[in-house]
Amino acid sequence: MISQNYTNTSGSNSSPGSQHLSEAHSKSLSRFLPPLPLFALSPLLSHVVNFIAKKHPELFSRLGESTKKTFLINPTNLPFFLILQPDPNNPRLKAYNRGSEIKHDVYISGSFATLLKMIDSQSDSDALFFNREIMVTGDSEAMVALRNALDDMEGTLVDDVASSLGPFSKPVRKFFDIVNKSKRHHE
Amino acid sequence: MSEQITKPELVCPAGTPASLRTAVDAGADAIYCGFVGPTNARNFPGLNFSLDEMTKAVDYAQQRGAKLLTAINSFPTAGRTDIWKKAIDDAVSINVDAIIIADIGMAKYLSETHPDQRIHLSVQAGASSPEAINFYCDRFDIKRVVLPRILTVAEIKKVHDEIPCEIEAFIFGNIGMMAEGRCSLTNYVTGLSTNMDGVCSPANFVHYEEDKDKNLTTRLGEYAIDCIGCGENAGYPTICKGRYNVGHRAEYYAFEEPVSLNLTHLLPDLIEAGVTALKIEGRQRSKAYIRSVVSSFRQAVDAYSNGEQPDISDLLALTEGHKETMGAFPSKKWR
Ligand code: SF4
Repeated sequence: MISQNYTNTSGSNSSPGSQHLSEAHSKSLSRFLPPLPLFALSPLLSHVVNFIAKKHPELFSRLGESTKKTFLINPTNLPFFLILQPDPNNPRLKAYNRGSEIKHDVYISGSFATLLKMIDSQSDSDALFFNREIMVTGDSEAMVALRNALDDMEGTLVDDVASSLGPFSKPVRKFFDIVNKSKRHHE
Repeated sequence: MSEQITKPELVCPAGTPASLRTAVDAGADAIYCGFVGPTNARNFPGLNFSLDEMTKAVDYAQQRGAKLLTAINSFPTAGRTDIWKKAIDDAVSINVDAIIIADIGMAKYLSETHPDQRIHLSVQAGASSPEAINFYCDRFDIKRVVLPRILTVAEIKKVHDEIPCEIEAFIFGNIGMMAEGRCSLTNYVTGLSTNMDGVCSPANFVHYEEDKDKNLTTRLGEYAIDCIGCGENAGYPTICKGRYNVGHRAEYYAFEEPVSLNLTHLLPDLIEAGVTALKIEGRQRSKAYIRSVVSSFRQAVDAYSNGEQPDISDLLALTEGHKETMGAFPSKKWR
């Protein structure tokens, strides 16, 4: 079992588990993104992960031992990647610039819309894997546990995130809407 | 077709409480699921039900007119039977509609300790002849047998005519080699048994590696079981679906190809042959799969029952490797 590894997320496409960050794809979605520096994203991501952890405590019992793992989530058409540590006492979700080397147990990549649809159970993750729309390397046990834990979540992540943001819920929903449409356009 | 047929029961999988609610809401007549741990044949991380979750699942299903079937369908080894007996006692205590059992010792325990509990014989028991099925019916009062996927429709009809219990047949989903309940491939590589530990290709033994050309190597333990070229569809990381270099052929699907069973076109024939329950495989799959497959088959079964032709075009997207087969059901030609 690969328990700890590093993955190249710079888009230079040179190590196992790395992915090529296509310019066209990157631009297609970045167009809709405000030019947020990552330090501004941090409190938002932290708020989101804490909100979800509080609302869905059952997630952690499904995750079991995998609460101790570190997940690198690479939305291939965004200019950054995410690190998730689903520790029930201190859940963390942070964004990093491409090229940063972060120790992780699980690596998962796909377009932002594909990952979102998978997390929200709009698409079947096995089918996405069969079609090669998502890629997973590292600790498969932790990945399967995370997939099943998220799949057991009532409602959708988009609704959770939007409803947690009070007055910003409308623009956030709109953003996710655009993401979904942009994905359909590229399919 | 214009003739009306008897409506069969649509039996659907659920690996989590949310999947169960999805299956019920999508029109399942019955849902099968298992407890967390080795007592059921889908013992994957993050999957399955605690006793509390199973209790709520029974309420949710039964309040909406659906049945809940609990799968306790793996085989206990010596010294571990207490775990299986407890699962049986728990399932009975919360009034599940039936228990799906595979092990002969557990069938005895269940029928003697809880004589009023309805029992189904799991596909894992591998009972495919009238003689074997009749033995289970005589000894343990089995009310339904889930047939292994080795029989043609004509053979199912013959079995039906010679047994006193109902028949449940798989109609969609993952299809393993024709040795249900007896496969030792995973055990050979990992030391963990599909049949006794409830898990084929345990996730902690599975590794994927993608090279710079996007070729994907799948490994189970120390063995590479496939290398999927860029642009090729992937399949489950099970040994039976791997490609190997064998004596006369390279990259050969030595056991079978990654395909999914899809018997939509045979539904009327199956019902005619005496099948009373149609089973969808996939307790390890997501809510999205459950929603899509269950609602498609609900429509298909209802359409056939009303003498209409169903639209089943959406199902191919959910199949393994984007390929489907009718397996052994139309004829024995399938390898
Ligand atoms: S290796 Fe294949 S046939 Fe054997 S238990 Fe696993 S899926 Fe079934």
